[in-house]
Amino acid sequence: MNLTLKIWRQKDAKAKGGIQTYQIADVDPDMSFLEMLDVLNEGLVEKGEEPVVFDHDCREGICGTCSLQINGEPHGPDRGVTTCQLHMRKFKDGDTIVIEPFRAKAFPVIKDLIVDRSAFERIQQAGGYVSVNTSGNTQDANSIPIEKEKADAAFFAATCIQCGACVAACKNASAMLFTSAKVSQYALLPQGKVEATKRVLDMVEQMDKEGFGNCTNTGACEIECPKGISLENIARMNREYLKASVV
Amino acid sequence: MAKSALLKSSLAKKYWMAFTGLFLCVFLVGHLAGNLQLLVSGEGARDQFNEYALFMTTNPVVRILSIVTFVSILFHAIDGVILTINNRKARPQGYVSFRPSTNSTWSSRNMGILGTVILAFIVIHLVNFWGEMKFGGLDNTMYTTANGDEVKDLYSLTIMTFQDPEWGLVWAFGYLIAMIAIAFHLYHGFGSGFQSLGLNHPQYNSIVRKIGVAFAIIVPLLFAIIPFYIYFVLETI
Repeated sequence: MNLTLKIWRQKDAKAKGGIQTYQIADVDPDMSFLEMLDVLNEGLVEKGEEPVVFDHDCREGICGTCSLQINGEPHGPDRGVTTCQLHMRKFKDGDTIVIEPFRAKAFPVIKDLIVDRSAFERIQQAGGYVSVNTSGNTQDANSIPIEKEKADAAFFAATCIQCGACVAACKNASAMLFTSAKVSQYALLPQGKVEATKRVLDMVEQMDKEGFGNCTNTGACEIECPKGISLENIARMNREYLKASVV
Repeated sequence: MAKSALLKSSLAKKYWMAFTGLFLCVFLVGHLAGNLQLLVSGEGARDQFNEYALFMTTNPVVRILSIVTFVSILFHAIDGVILTINNRKARPQGYVSFRPSTNSTWSSRNMGILGTVILAFIVIHLVNFWGEMKFGGLDNTMYTTANGDEVKDLYSLTIMTFQDPEWGLVWAFGYLIAMIAIAFHLYHGFGSGFQSLGLNHPQYNSIVRKIGVAFAIIVPLLFAIIPFYIYFVLETI
């Protein structure tokens, strides 16, 4: 496959940045998107040019490190996968592919295609945990009976890999799908109920402080989420927050 | 903390948006029920509608409801403007390529534009009828109905507006455009209101969705039929 790549290049956080066009030849359809970028970078290095900087780690679709807005969609046109699991067979010979960083005020560009997603960490730190005494007499978590449905829903919420596709896809750059998944994974379990009130208030407060937008319920986040995190979680967060605010 | 959270936070703004929006849906049903009386023809039609208008402007419960409606419209619009400004700020630099049509409906992404069209319509609509009724435009049309009530003739004003040989059809089409905007606004807004208030349950989601779509089609359609019916079908006065 021969492709034209239009890639956002930006020297550092302060630089203006812009789209640069690259031609890449002989792309194997079985390559992952990131492998295709590796090949591009090898070529750039050989020519003495600066390689395109992008985030990646596990390349197994489970770590949430890779990002990229590909042809106007986070993680590209495929559903339920991260960029590292997107394969070039999803594109056609001669295609032009626009590659940009995730865009949000709360996700400032560090360089080229890498953005700073530490805002998510700060939301998590604001309340995304349970306080457990680990002094040696910790109770086995499995000794607390939990309804199967609730355990499943908590587990599905916890499958969020914090990649930020929800923010990237949202027309408002809202982080509500992420935050609600983190609120839900605890709110559904007995261990999490103890601190539920403070958790949801603190996490939402931090989310607002980071400068994310509001939820318009367009549902774009749910569709673009590589893990299929459900909008149900946002409704649950809305309930939890309302409960916490009124009581 | 808790109190300011319920006023200032991002979620609070959504609660107010949903709450006022769903209240306005209830208002629409009431308003439509009243308007459908305009489809009645014959001798009693004028008295019936004007008696109804008298009741709507004098009954204390209705008066309170109408104030709540005005406040809701105002709140809904102001909240919408604030949310839109916040949302724009959340992405100062946009994408070169952005394809939201692959993951969301047009109406869900354009609630602000639709809302602006609706707000403009509401202002024009109020000037047309409510202003005339309230601020003296109809004072010299007072007459006594068969029941012996002294009423303003809002009925004739409405019928003449839409039966005007030059402008009647223009008004009707103008109202049609507004009703299309309301239909698209409701198409997303009805279900979205439930979601914002946390009312999401796998068992009921599809029912809420279906009611929302039906509401978004039926209510604006019935509203839109009235001016055309008056122009084309109703006997001229």
